[in-house]
Amino acid sequence: MTVAAEFGVLDRTPKELRAQGDARHLSLNEAEWTAIQTHFRALKREPTLAEVETLAQTWSEHCKHKTFTSPIRLTEGKKTRLIKNLFQETIVAATEAARKPWCLSVFEDNAGVVAFGKDWALAFKAETHNHPSALEPYGGAETGVGGVIRDVLGCGLGAKPVLGTDAFCFGRPDYAGALPEGAHHPRRTLRGVVSGVRDYGNRMGIPTAGGGIWFDDDYRLNPLVFVGTVGLLPRWAVKKEVKPGDLIVAAGGRTGRDGLHGATFSSANLAENAPTSAVQIGHAIAEKRLLDALLRARDRRLYRSVTDCGAGGFSSAIGELGAKCGARVRLEAAPLKVAGLAGWEIWLSESQERMVLAVPPKNLKALEAVFAAEGCETAVLGEFTSTGRLVVAHGAESVVDLDMKFLHKGLPKVERAASWTPPPTAKPAGGAAKPPAQILREMLAHPNVCSREWVIRQYDHEVQGGTVIKPLQGVRHDGPGDACVIWPHAAVGDDSDFSAFAVAHGLNPDYGRLDPYWMAMACVDEALRNLTCVGADPARAALLDNFCWASPDDPKQLGALVRAAEGCRDAAKGFGAPFISGKDSLYNQSKDEKGRELPIPGTVLISALAPVPDARRAVTMDFKGPGNALYLVGRTNDELGGSLCHRVLGRCGGEVPKASPACALDGFKAVHAAMLKGLVLSAHDLSEGGLAVAAAEMGFSGEFGARLDLDEVARDPRIYSDETLLFSETPGRLLVEVKPESEGAFLRHFGRGAKAAPVRRVGQTTANPILKVVGLAGNTVLEESLRALKDAWQATLPGMLK
Amino acid sequence: MKSPKVLILRAPGTNCELETAAAFRAVGGAPELVHIAELRAGKKRLMDYAILAVPGGFSYGDDVGAGRVLANQIRHALTDLRQFVRLGRPVIGICNGFQALVKAGILPHSNACDQSASFTFNDSGRFEARWVHLRLNTQSSCLFFKGLPEMIELPVAHGEGKLVLRSPRQLEDLKKNKSIALQYVTEDGKLMGYPHNPNGSIFNIAGLTNPEGNVLGLMPHPERFVEIHQHPNWTRQTYRKQAVGLEMFKNAVAAAR
Repeated sequence: MTVAAEFGVLDRTPKELRAQGDARHLSLNEAEWTAIQTHFRALKREPTLAEVETLAQTWSEHCKHKTFTSPIRLTEGKKTRLIKNLFQETIVAATEAARKPWCLSVFEDNAGVVAFGKDWALAFKAETHNHPSALEPYGGAETGVGGVIRDVLGCGLGAKPVLGTDAFCFGRPDYAGALPEGAHHPRRTLRGVVSGVRDYGNRMGIPTAGGGIWFDDDYRLNPLVFVGTVGLLPRWAVKKEVKPGDLIVAAGGRTGRDGLHGATFSSANLAENAPTSAVQIGHAIAEKRLLDALLRARDRRLYRSVTDCGAGGFSSAIGELGAKCGARVRLEAAPLKVAGLAGWEIWLSESQERMVLAVPPKNLKALEAVFAAEGCETAVLGEFTSTGRLVVAHGAESVVDLDMKFLHKGLPKVERAASWTPPPTAKPAGGAAKPPAQILREMLAHPNVCSREWVIRQYDHEVQGGTVIKPLQGVRHDGPGDACVIWPHAAVGDDSDFSAFAVAHGLNPDYGRLDPYWMAMACVDEALRNLTCVGADPARAALLDNFCWASPDDPKQLGALVRAAEGCRDAAKGFGAPFISGKDSLYNQSKDEKGRELPIPGTVLISALAPVPDARRAVTMDFKGPGNALYLVGRTNDELGGSLCHRVLGRCGGEVPKASPACALDGFKAVHAAMLKGLVLSAHDLSEGGLAVAAAEMGFSGEFGARLDLDEVARDPRIYSDETLLFSETPGRLLVEVKPESEGAFLRHFGRGAKAAPVRRVGQTTANPILKVVGLAGNTVLEESLRALKDAWQATLPGMLK
Repeated sequence: MKSPKVLILRAPGTNCELETAAAFRAVGGAPELVHIAELRAGKKRLMDYAILAVPGGFSYGDDVGAGRVLANQIRHALTDLRQFVRLGRPVIGICNGFQALVKAGILPHSNACDQSASFTFNDSGRFEARWVHLRLNTQSSCLFFKGLPEMIELPVAHGEGKLVLRSPRQLEDLKKNKSIALQYVTEDGKLMGYPHNPNGSIFNIAGLTNPEGNVLGLMPHPERFVEIHQHPNWTRQTYRKQAVGLEMFKNAVAAAR
């Protein structure tokens, strides 16, 4: 057997190795190159090109999350401490502390899995596709959706996708400044990304019904595209295993040259010379065929394990499946898009819509028949072995012969330096005061609050017939819902069981600019209060974390990342909500038009999933009638730091909103219990824009007015300002509408202790669609037509996209 | 009572088959998902079924045109479809299924083999999902509409739903033959433009039936309104209406019994 093209490492200095690797977009550092060199010096041979590529893919930030798992030395002021493994000490520790029996699989598989009733389970995963979407917004978003769907298909023995979510961070579509050569305008990025999500999700027949958009010009070069999928699978299909002797079967699309170096390129800063071949090309119908065939084969139990070909293609899929035993692969058996691919290209290609299965030989014929019936190609690429080696051949050529242990455990841990300096708490300063009514109008029209209808309507958010609480709510089906509720009756096959689930998100990089710790806390709080608003059980929430950060090679950035991870840990512990899966995307920074590095603001997206015990008890956010009582749950503090109000006023400083999980959860649980008894007519969370925005949105969605009395708000006694009460963004608060005859029963669900969430009647709904607010001094603070406020809220996005 | 067998036709890219099957099951039908390849290979026979449903989705990716490839497949793999229709057996094509039935020449007249109408992109230029108000043609003999109120609501979700006809005269023919089954209207029943007419369809046409009334094709999705909690306003106390989608499936099953 001949040996494929070699990659000389034995007699080079680490510096040379790194330069040689960077030229191939391998993104390995000097310590990693030295480890590779040492390994092959012991073997007394040069590695092949494919071996080096395989190691680079497997060890990439994208696949191994080495920043999160390597030691970090954090300096905070004069103190320094060592974090051995950030991921273990924050995210995993919180989940272990929560010890929830309904967590069926966490951090191991392609998605996290939680129980859903007695017989079913839900798999949940969110990913980012930032680098590809920056280069090619449509294709990048499409393949992002395709990839996260395959994650769920490749979770356990395969889950049927029943919900898609998407959250984006973009530069403002009306950005008027300069851009470096080759960068897309944020408007084009937005249009392309939305179209990509739409075309892939709609073709797959998966409702895209949850998500959000955040605009900030610091994302203009590095847009963030988070895509998520929830899948439904039977309990028996959660566990998977590979046995030596099982056949390696590739299924789905063919392999081509698209998507080489995707994993490694996304593990470096995005630069001008980024390889365009790194972006894959999606084909939704090929994936739909794969989905249909796979689930049919699953239900006939024809295979023992499955995973998707994501970053690294076959190399990572087969490398992962065979990690504990070994694998022998013959690449010439792989169906190709074009002839003439080199062995390492087939092995590393990230062509889409492909999965790898472990099939007992006796089942092969039946499996092939199932896939053929759906018009989906399969090919036997080899078999799993018990040698502990990954052996890959292409015809007569030996492409890879690696020790699985070295491949998966050989990555050297490099200690990184991090530093964190708490921001000085400055008194709010700057910006001219404006009348409250004007502030409210500008907040509703702000891109981060305004109506997302233009986006949401392009998604088929009701396919599968289970979207019982839709993303757009209210009389005219256009109000901003807090979360969607999915009743997966068609997939379960039982329309007498009304068990459902809800998915919601939390994201606010503006808080992170002040303190990433409190940003992460607020994001978890926001996701849970959104879930609570639609009737999901806040005590049964499972979380996903998606960190998007700039370069961790900068100690300040890494210090902020540690702060955020510790915020996630404390929030998860405080709320008793375990993380079940997550992902990070680092190196989100690029050179701007003047050649300066432009990092994104550190960003955490929290996605939360919780069961809705009875879909028929779910609640929407629109006012249901006049004369109903309005209760504010939670205490209001003077926390306008990073708030939308400050953004609108051009003001900086102030206290960042601080969540208090125990008290907040107490309030959420009380509201949930009241909802189960049918005592809540509508509920909406207070987030950007605080009480004023929440009340306005509930009013114009339900077409009833409200009269609020700020003196009734439970608050920090040091607050003397009506504006603070109206616009503060203290987490943990909900505005709830209750029928007058239910008020007593509603209030009985709330505790009275010092740690209980306060609940106060702050006003009532009115027939006339006007929002009227009475201030602390008994004066009218604002009195605005809800129709006019709604017009302002609706005009922004279509206007910016013209 | 016997359960009529319902053939739910699948093709690559079909994606509303499970909820369509669930709707038929809920009203006493016996749905079976059948891939078009099975019909083409002769493994399954259309005439063994009492009802045919062509569900929504993006058959063959809607490449070339929505439902176009599926329509050709139907012409070749379901050669007994015209006979099936002539025997009076119920046929429903929803969204992509409607597009395919029109492009296969089954609607608006199943006895003329030629395609006489087609679909093009929504006037808005975008895929859109929204609930619409619809007026049923109470004069039509469409068996799916028995007992339904004249004004109903259903969701639409499509990018290529604008019905176009060969000539203005054809519209007159459709009116005369009472082939126009459903029209997009305002809440109070008036014909109006976007967004009430979500795609710009001629004469606000949302659905067509054959003169005999046993074939119905419609862009809206009745299978997404078979339970009151699927309506966008079920949480509002003022809203209490029947799940009209379910009634359509009930009527089909009743007619097949």
